[in-house]
Amino acid sequence: MKKYLGKKIFIYLITFFFAVTIDWAIPRFMPGDPVQMLLSRFQGMEGGREIIQAQITASFGLDRPLLEQYFNFWATLFKGDLGTSIYAFPKPVMSVINEAIIFDILLLVPSIILSWIVGNKLGAFSGVNKKADKYLMPVFYFLTSSPYFWFAVVVVFFLGVQLPWFPISNAYSATMRPAFNIDFILDFLHHWFLPFITLFLVQLGGWAIGMRNMIIYEMGSNYSKYMESLGAPEKLIRKYAFRNGVLPQVTGLAISLGNIIAGALTTQIVFSYPGLGFILLKAIQNQDYFLVQGCFLFIIVFVLLANFLVDIVYMLVDPRVRFSYSGEV
Amino acid sequence: MAKSEFWKKHENLYFALTNGKVIFGLIIFMSILALAIFGPMVAKYDYDEFAGPGYMPPSKDFWFGTTLMGKDVFTRVVFGLRSTFIVGFVGGTIATLVGLIIGFLAGYYSGKLADETLMMITNIFLVIPTLALLIILSAYLPYRGILSQSVIIGLTAWTWTARAVRSQTLSLKNQEFVNLSRISAAPVTKIIAEDIAANMFSYVFMVYIIQFTGTILAAVSLEFLGLGPTQGISLGLVMQNAVNWNAIQLGMWWWAIIPGLLLTILIVSLYFINTGLDEVFNPRLREM
Repeated sequence: MKKYLGKKIFIYLITFFFAVTIDWAIPRFMPGDPVQMLLSRFQGMEGGREIIQAQITASFGLDRPLLEQYFNFWATLFKGDLGTSIYAFPKPVMSVINEAIIFDILLLVPSIILSWIVGNKLGAFSGVNKKADKYLMPVFYFLTSSPYFWFAVVVVFFLGVQLPWFPISNAYSATMRPAFNIDFILDFLHHWFLPFITLFLVQLGGWAIGMRNMIIYEMGSNYSKYMESLGAPEKLIRKYAFRNGVLPQVTGLAISLGNIIAGALTTQIVFSYPGLGFILLKAIQNQDYFLVQGCFLFIIVFVLLANFLVDIVYMLVDPRVRFSYSGEV
Repeated sequence: MAKSEFWKKHENLYFALTNGKVIFGLIIFMSILALAIFGPMVAKYDYDEFAGPGYMPPSKDFWFGTTLMGKDVFTRVVFGLRSTFIVGFVGGTIATLVGLIIGFLAGYYSGKLADETLMMITNIFLVIPTLALLIILSAYLPYRGILSQSVIIGLTAWTWTARAVRSQTLSLKNQEFVNLSRISAAPVTKIIAEDIAANMFSYVFMVYIIQFTGTILAAVSLEFLGLGPTQGISLGLVMQNAVNWNAIQLGMWWWAIIPGLLLTILIVSLYFINTGLDEVFNPRLREM
């Protein structure tokens, strides 16, 4: 067990190291002299030139040898210093991201977990029920083929504009102030629902297709046929097929995390939902390179942590992993 | 009979062309491809030209309506589709090729240092979300073209293919015919090409379809974020403009929804082709 997690953590640490290195290398080795671009971006702002100059000597230190620049980059990173944002000048990048990330978590975590559960159930149902399968499969294909942001547009169009049931932008009404009372929470949920349902439905299709195929495969396997010949009830066989089918779905969750998060980024743009995606768009539009780089690092850390969680879950649901790494089998 | 001889030789092709899902998918795919190839030729306007009054729903003159500024949506969409197909073909091909080469090598030299190194790299790239990597790469590129976009998407999308191909290679490489080639001192490239790759043709073909759709989706997301090609038009850009100009609030479904709908239908058609081909190549599934 320790060995299994240790191996995973090792991979994640290397990945993090690699991601930071990319973050460091890209502004330095890309064509088109981004540092010059950065300087010119700050020129118009009052006191901006001095701040950026200080920033560049601290985190870029371009006159130093490359290796030293690299170590300096790590040093500033560990101090939690990601530079100054241009878009939200003169706020540091770190605090801009900190304010946004809570909205990502509130959107991503429920949608991932719920759609995974519901998608698996629906897929299992579709796999054993041929009549329903005929109608459900095209729906699943359609859902999983939709680009997230396009589906968001469709959802807004029908549930926000044609039937004005839900607000179509922001995380809460402009008249509200974030507080922990019932009015605010209701208002928040009202705004939260459309982006949530977008993420939920698009992910659902993929899980359902995966589970449907797994169930058909497992129901045709030898153990299912053996149980059938023993006269086991259909329901019991299905239950075993489902439990076996769930395992690849857990692995699938780890693999698609990156895609889901990317989908959430574009979805937030449609809803002007103030999470990382919306910040990222503003950063790109304002050529706010420090903010883009900061978002990149946060997304990576987010994905790594989520992957780690999935690994732990996988270990809990699959006894084979548990035993094979502790040498019991 | 020469005709039945031909079908006997190309049994898979026969089953593919008689499979309802494959036919259904192919017809849609070909129609949209035709739209991308011939659409720009029949389009009456230029994609950036102010073609007529703004805010026009689809009509005889403007098939997909006009934007708020009076640009023709049909023209923008068909030109965008064209670049979508280019990105799909180029990026998908690169991703599949890189994935295949790494997968074959790692699988063939399994357990050796080459395998360990390649798989370590693959696992690292597998965890890093592709879009995040693409965003940071594109954000620093001052000039982006369709081709450079396809190349960087292709170079970030190969990871799962490499892993899947590696495990397929592992199961093939201990077969007797591979051992025979090895004993007769055939060069590694020949063994991989003739013994291993040839036996994975059906699988590779399906991988290519998935890479094609993945590349298209990645490209559209990038374009929607404003990191698409710096010049020209793309589907993602059309949709970004629509969202920025409040097309949804103004009820302009033809501008906000049609471009993405075409793209979604295109990807659905590819899914149908893939599921159909799965049935063709795995006879066990055919009766289902």
